[in-house]
Amino acid sequence: MNSPSSPSPRPRVGLFVTCLVDFFRPSVGFAAVSLLEAAGCTVEIPETQTCCGQPAYNSGDRADTKDLAKRTIALFEGFDYTVVPSGSCGGMIKEHYPELLRDEPDWARRARQLAARTYELVSFLHDVRGVRNVPVRYDGTVTYHDSCSGLRELGIKEQPRALLRSIPGLKLVELPSAEVCCGFGGTFCVKYPEISDKMVANKAADVIGTGADTLLAGDMGCLLNMAGKLKRLRIEEGARPVRVRHVAEVLAGMTDEPPIGEGQDKGRA
Amino acid sequence: MQPTSHRFKENVRGALADAALQRALRFFDFGQAGLAERRRQAVAKLPEFEALREQAKAIKDHTLANLDWYLERFEKNCTAAGGHVHWCRDAEEARQTVLDICRRVGARTVTKGKSMIGEEIAINDFLAANGIEPIETDLGEYIVQIRHEAPSHIIAPAIHLTKDQVAASFRDTHKQFDPARPLEEPRALLDEARGVLRQKFLEADVGITGANFLIAETGSSIIVTNEGNGDLTQLLPKAHIVLASLEKVVPTLEDAATILRVLARSATGQEMSVYTTFSTGPRRPGDLDGPGEYHVILLDNGRSQLLGTEFQEILRCIRCGACMNNCPVYASIGGHAYGWVYPGPMGAVLTPSLIGIENARHLPNASTFCGRCESVCPMKIPLPKLMRHYREQEYERRLAPATVRMGLAAWAFLARRPALYHSMARLAAGVLGRLGRRHGSFFNLPLATGWTATREMPAPQGKTFQAQWRARQRSKGRR
Amino acid sequence: MSNARTQILDGIRRSLKRGPLDQAAARALEMRLERPLRGPVPARTRGLDRDGLVRLFERLALEVNATVVRVRDLDAVPDAVADFLAAHNLPADIAMAPDPLLDRVPWHKRPLLNLRRGRSHGQDAVGLSAAFAGIAETGTLMLASGVDSPSTLNFLPETHVVVLPAARVVGPIEDAWDRLRAAQPGEQLAGPTMPRTVNFITGPSRTGDIEQKILMGAHGPRRLHIVIVEDESAGPQP
Repeated sequence: MNSPSSPSPRPRVGLFVTCLVDFFRPSVGFAAVSLLEAAGCTVEIPETQTCCGQPAYNSGDRADTKDLAKRTIALFEGFDYTVVPSGSCGGMIKEHYPELLRDEPDWARRARQLAARTYELVSFLHDVRGVRNVPVRYDGTVTYHDSCSGLRELGIKEQPRALLRSIPGLKLVELPSAEVCCGFGGTFCVKYPEISDKMVANKAADVIGTGADTLLAGDMGCLLNMAGKLKRLRIEEGARPVRVRHVAEVLAGMTDEPPIGEGQDKGRA
Repeated sequence: MQPTSHRFKENVRGALADAALQRALRFFDFGQAGLAERRRQAVAKLPEFEALREQAKAIKDHTLANLDWYLERFEKNCTAAGGHVHWCRDAEEARQTVLDICRRVGARTVTKGKSMIGEEIAINDFLAANGIEPIETDLGEYIVQIRHEAPSHIIAPAIHLTKDQVAASFRDTHKQFDPARPLEEPRALLDEARGVLRQKFLEADVGITGANFLIAETGSSIIVTNEGNGDLTQLLPKAHIVLASLEKVVPTLEDAATILRVLARSATGQEMSVYTTFSTGPRRPGDLDGPGEYHVILLDNGRSQLLGTEFQEILRCIRCGACMNNCPVYASIGGHAYGWVYPGPMGAVLTPSLIGIENARHLPNASTFCGRCESVCPMKIPLPKLMRHYREQEYERRLAPATVRMGLAAWAFLARRPALYHSMARLAAGVLGRLGRRHGSFFNLPLATGWTATREMPAPQGKTFQAQWRARQRSKGRR
Repeated sequence: MSNARTQILDGIRRSLKRGPLDQAAARALEMRLERPLRGPVPARTRGLDRDGLVRLFERLALEVNATVVRVRDLDAVPDAVADFLAAHNLPADIAMAPDPLLDRVPWHKRPLLNLRRGRSHGQDAVGLSAAFAGIAETGTLMLASGVDSPSTLNFLPETHVVVLPAARVVGPIEDAWDRLRAAQPGEQLAGPTMPRTVNFITGPSRTGDIEQKILMGAHGPRRLHIVIVEDESAGPQP
C-alpha cells in the first residue's frame, strides 16, 4: 500500500469502532485496524467508548445525546485523528456534535475541533493518507451501495470506488439508484418496519438486477438490512445469492469470515 | 379535509397493500425518467443553480424577517391597482370571505386552478355545501375531484392513479358520451377532459387560483402552470380570487425571477413552466378581457406563529415537490398515507406545524433521515433537522409511546456505563453468536419481529470487537 | 376584517420580537424595491449580440415544442402565417390583437386569411398576438395585456401565433423587466403601472397528469408558432 503524501510521519489514530461493528461484526474493526496500520498510522482503541448517541439524537432525546457526545469528545480529542468505519456515526461526530452542543461554548469548541479531525475510514485512507491502491485480490463482481450519511453528509462517493477499482480480480458494476436509502434508518426500521421493508425490497431487487455476486457498503446498519433482505429472498423466493460485506473487509483482504448473515453451513438458513 | 395523520400506520398498511397505488408509484423508480431524474438533468444544465439556491434562500429569509412590511406594501400596490386584499386569520375566515364574494357576484359555478391553500381551507366542500358548484380545472385535480379524493402530491395531484382508473372514472362521470368510446390512451382522456372543462371555463362566474408568489413591488400575484387552466380560470369569469398564504410574498420582480429559475427545474425538470402569469388587479379601462374584480385572500392559519421559531425555515417552501419526488418513503406509500394536505418531507414538517404535533406525530418520525430531500430542496430547507426538532418536542412532551421511551432510556443508561455496556454486549453477542453460528442469521427474533417478519436478522460473529481486542492486547503484553 | 389585519400584523411582529420597522429600516426596504437587485443571472446569454440572442431564443423555443420561423420584415408576415396554417391544415379564421405592430402588417397580401380584430370568446381557431419581448434565456415569450393586447387570445384558440420583432429579444428575465419598466411613466411597475396581466409563455400547453406522460394541448393552445421579424424597423418595445 502506498501513501505518498503523509501529512505527519506516524499519526495517532483513535478508532471509533461503532456499536454495530463491535456487536455484530468485529472483523470490520480488525479490517479497519489493518488498513490504518498499513497506511502508516498508529491505531488506538479507547476502551470505554460505547455509542456516538445517534439513536437518542434521532429520537428527540437531546439530553442523553449530549451526555454521550461529551463522553465521546473527551475520549477522542487527544488523537491526531478519529476514524470511524461508518459514514453514519462519522457524520454524527463531524456534522451533528457541533450543532448539538452549540449552546455550550466550551463544548462547542471541543466538538468543532474533534469534528475537524474525524473521518470515515475509507475517505480517511483516500483523502488524508493518499492511499490509491490496496495490495489484495478479490475474485468477483462487486456492486456498491452509497450509505446516506456518508454520501450526503460527508461526500463519500468516489473514494471507495477508486480503491475497489485498484483491486485485481474485482469487477465493479454500478448499482442503479445507489444513492437511494436502503430503508434502515436506525430506529426507523423498528418503528415503521413495513415502509422499511418496502424500501429494502426495492434495493434488493436493484442489487440482484446488477448480476453482482458481492454487495459492499460502508455502514453496518445498511449492510445488516440489505443482507437480511437478500437472504430472506433467497430462502423464500429462490433469489440469486449475493455475498454482503463491509467494504473494509474487501479492502483489507480479510474475507475469511462468512459474509454478513451467512453461517458456517453456507447454504440455506 | 379531516386529517388522518394520526392514523398514519394504518394508512401505510393500506397503501402498501393497494396494488393499483403500487403500480402507479412505479413512476418513482428513481433511476428512470421520473420527476427526480428530470430534475437532476435540468439542474445539471444550469451551472448557476447552486448560486441561485443560495440567493433564493436569502431572498426568503430577508422577506420573512420583514414580513409585516412587505405584506403591507403588497396590499398598498394591489389596492392601487384596483384589487382587494382580505386578511384572514384562519381557514374559517378565508372560506367565509370567498363565499361572500361568490354570493355578491351571484356565482353559480366557480372554476378553480390548483391551489394547496384551497385544499388547506377545504374550500370546495364549503362552496358545495352552500349551493355553489366548484370545478377543479387542472387535469389532475379534476380527476381526483370526480373521484371524491384528495390530491396525493402537491404538483401532480393524480400521481397515485393509473390511466385505467382515470378511464373508469371518466366513464362513470361523463355519461353524456358513448359508453363504448375508446379511452385506453392518455391522449383520449385528455381530449375528453379538455372538451368538458372548456365549457365550464366559459360558464363560470368566479375563478379561484392559488399563488406561487405575491410581489410587494407591484402588488401582483403569480401562478405557474403547464396546462393553461389557471389562466382560463382567472381571465374569463367576473371575479378572480387568489388564495395565498402570508409567506408567498417576495419583494421584487427580480426576486421572483431568481426563485422562478429554481422552481420549475426542481418541480418538473423544465427550465420554465409553460405559463408563468403575473396578475395585478382587475380589468383596466379599455381592456377587452380580464376579470371585473380581483381579490387576494391573505391567509395566516398558524404561519405567523412559526416566525421566530426553529420551524420558520419551512416558510421558505415554494411547493415545488422535489422533496417528495426524491423521497423513498413517499415513493413507497404515496401521498395519501400522510393523512392531510401536504405529503412527503415538506408535509412531515408543515403538517405538525399547522395541525399540531399531537395530531401528526408519526410524520416527522417516518423518515430515515437519508437527507435526499434537503439535498434537492431549492430553498435549502433543512427538512431532516426540522423533523428532528419535532421529535424533540414529542420526546419532551412525552407524546412518544412508553415502550419507545423506556427502550431508549435503558439503552442510554447502558451507553453511559462502558463497563456494564461492554459486558452486556459481550454476553448478548456470545449467546446470539452461538445460536446463529450455523445459519448465520435468525428467521425470527422475539424483540425484532417487525424486522424478521420480512428479513433475516444477521447473527453476530460471536465475540465483540472490544473483547477480542482486549484479549489480543493482553496476549501481546505477555509476550 | 381590519381586526384580522391588525391581529395578523401584530402576530408577525410579536413572533419576530419587534414592533413596526423604524424609519431607517423601512427606508432600506424602500430602496430595495426602487432599485431591485439582480440575483445570479445565468451566463448563457452573457456577451451575446442581437443575432446570438435570437438564435438562442429560437433554439430553446424549439426545445419546448414551439415552432419558429424567421422573416425579413413585416411585409413577409402574411405569407409566414398563411403558409404555417396551410401546412398544418388549419382553418384561416384568426382572432387578432388590435396591436399597432400587427396593424402595420400588409395582411391584404393574403386575402384568404380571415382576420377579426378583438378578444377571443372561444370560437376562434387561431389567436394572433404581438409579443412584448422574447426572453432568450429560456425561449420564453412575454406578452403584456392592454387595450390592444387581450390575454384571451393567448389561451382560448387551439393555435397561437405570436409575432416577435428580433429587436424585442432580450437575454435574461431581468432585461425584460427593465424594458417593461422603461415603457411605463416614471419607470416603475407598482400597482396600476404594472400591466393587468403579464404572460410568460414557454411552449404550447401541456400536462403530465396521467401517468406522467407529457401530452401537448391540455387547456391552452396545442400549437405555439413564433414569427420572428428580423427588420429593426419592426421596432423595439411599444
